[in-house]
Amino acid sequence: MNQAQRIAEYKEYSPRDSRFTEERYLLFLEDITAVFDGFKALDIEALGIEYNELRVIIGPNGAGKTTLCDVVSGKTRPTTGSVFYDGADITQQTEAEIALRGIGRKFQTPTVFDSLTTYENMELALPGHYRLWSNLFGGTTKAQRERIMEILERVGLADELHREAKYLSHGQRQWLAISTLILSDPKLLLVDEPAAGLTDAETALTAELLLELKEDHTLIVIEHDMDFVRQLDSFVTVLNEGVIMAEGMMHEVQQNEGVIEAYLGR
Amino acid sequence: MFRKAAIPQTGDQASSEASSQSIETNEQKLWQEKQIEAEKGLVNGQLSIFLRRYVPWALLFIGLVVIPALYYIGLITLGTVNMLGRYMAFAIVAVGLDLIWGYTGILSLCQSFFFALGGYAMGMYLAHHGGPEGIVDANNWKIPACLYVVYPYKVGEAPGDALVPWFWKPFYTLPVTLILGLLIPGIAALAIGYFGFKSRVRGVYFAILTQAITVAGWLVFCMNNMKLCGTNGLTRFDRIAGFQLTTPHVKVSLYIVTLLALVGVYVLCKQVVKSRLGRILVAIRDDETTLRFSGYKPYIYKLFAFSLAGMIAGLGGMLYAPQMGIFTPTNMEASASILVVVWVAVGGRGALSGAILGTLAVNLLYNFFTSEKNLLLFTWRTEYWQFILGGLFIGVVLLFPGGLIDLWHRLVGKAK
Repeated sequence: MNQAQRIAEYKEYSPRDSRFTEERYLLFLEDITAVFDGFKALDIEALGIEYNELRVIIGPNGAGKTTLCDVVSGKTRPTTGSVFYDGADITQQTEAEIALRGIGRKFQTPTVFDSLTTYENMELALPGHYRLWSNLFGGTTKAQRERIMEILERVGLADELHREAKYLSHGQRQWLAISTLILSDPKLLLVDEPAAGLTDAETALTAELLLELKEDHTLIVIEHDMDFVRQLDSFVTVLNEGVIMAEGMMHEVQQNEGVIEAYLGR
Repeated sequence: MFRKAAIPQTGDQASSEASSQSIETNEQKLWQEKQIEAEKGLVNGQLSIFLRRYVPWALLFIGLVVIPALYYIGLITLGTVNMLGRYMAFAIVAVGLDLIWGYTGILSLCQSFFFALGGYAMGMYLAHHGGPEGIVDANNWKIPACLYVVYPYKVGEAPGDALVPWFWKPFYTLPVTLILGLLIPGIAALAIGYFGFKSRVRGVYFAILTQAITVAGWLVFCMNNMKLCGTNGLTRFDRIAGFQLTTPHVKVSLYIVTLLALVGVYVLCKQVVKSRLGRILVAIRDDETTLRFSGYKPYIYKLFAFSLAGMIAGLGGMLYAPQMGIFTPTNMEASASILVVVWVAVGGRGALSGAILGTLAVNLLYNFFTSEKNLLLFTWRTEYWQFILGGLFIGVVLLFPGGLIDLWHRLVGKAK
């Protein structure tokens, strides 16, 4: 299936024009362009992410991968086009509103709160604590604490429970960022370069975790590391200069002439 | 009090479970030991625990019992007690600033404006009940003497058009004054914060904005036709709740009330920073953007902290006015706001007890260095104080970023 056919298929099931009562895509981007100072960072005709899909987005530097995440999570407003999430248009919503709808994000550089301990970082990621008063007077339940410990033990951060995040190593910070994302239990996870700066063993564990999450979450993973992408063994979208160049399984896109030219071959 | 409060209760059980896991490498172990070493102070073991637990109580005891006792047996003057009371009113403002600056990372330069709003509220109440007696306007309201600055009459004359302005009238009774003295700065902070935080004004821009508001407020309060007594300020205070302000017992009582208010404000802020909300405030300081992607609306939490700090500053002003006996627009000058910042920086930002310590230390130094002294070679002049203040600020920022409270932590260790 070439890219034009793929786009035609996307459009057929677009939440806006859908002739089907059943929704197919959790996230759907339609005619998205993002222009910065005349430079077109993103130009996507159509892109749909299905429910419980793990989609990997690859592409060379400056291909617009992170911009795509910014547009979905509300950090950047697209110049034209709409973002549909779960059947609703979220293009004009703020970051917090989008986050509350169930889109969680891990940034390229691990963003954790430096002055807070590992445990406190996790505590802030607990879902459903967004009201001022509940934060002033509320505590955490035993179930929540057990859930935090469960995740932290899984990623080997349980020993660092009461250490401030600024004393954690890069890999540990990366884990903590992923752990907070898992804890917040969003429907859609935008994971920007989860394997950056990790050792091979750590990368393998990341892949394992992400595949586990796929069971009941939808994920978009942005990655550079080809070994990691192969471990995920998922549907891949290749971005180049803001345009979707090819889509398919990893072994399919690896055959694509344009992709080899732009990225993989070199 | 310092140490015990800072340990998060929720994680204790979990941490004991976690410690069963072994440390992988020797290097890691060494590094961890180094970390733990850093948390310890010069004094360790039982003595450290003893100091940490009882020094705050001892200080409170000195403040509440020893100082009044020293006055009554004649070792210190009434002026000293009064001075300490005023400095404690300043410390209240500093605790508020520490909440918004030290914890939330928002540098506010309008704490003196909020302080003055509270001070003016109390000042207007005191002026209502001040001297001289018997001058009433056409509506039978007693005209406060200081209002004569804005009327072209001599004190005592009361022609028909010299009326007590409408906005003076709510401040006639003490309970209403106390409520308004908290509400007005709170609402002012809410308004400033709403527009500032909602449009994501951050960092130095917010500091400039708040400083501009302080200057604007000062200009307004200085104007004679605002009927706020212009640059002369509120004067001729006489009685508070029926008690003569000049009597020693009333002065000592005001000192104790201020000290108790300071303790109350400290405990309140400590509860706030210990809660989850406190961690959100620290998260805002660290990385506001990330917090937004976790579904929090940072501006709501900033508004909360800023308004609370504003109300606390107002409380400080209300306690300062009766002890000072006069309240003028000088108290809301831009430099007064910066002074609050210096107090907190010297004491150690991000530690509420540091704010109190810094305020008292800087003000006591001020008190010492602004009296003229004849030294051997030259005469110490009042103006030289500014150099000491500037040097202190620069010295602390460069050499002791943790402030005075950090020295204490180095001595007895710091709670993890």
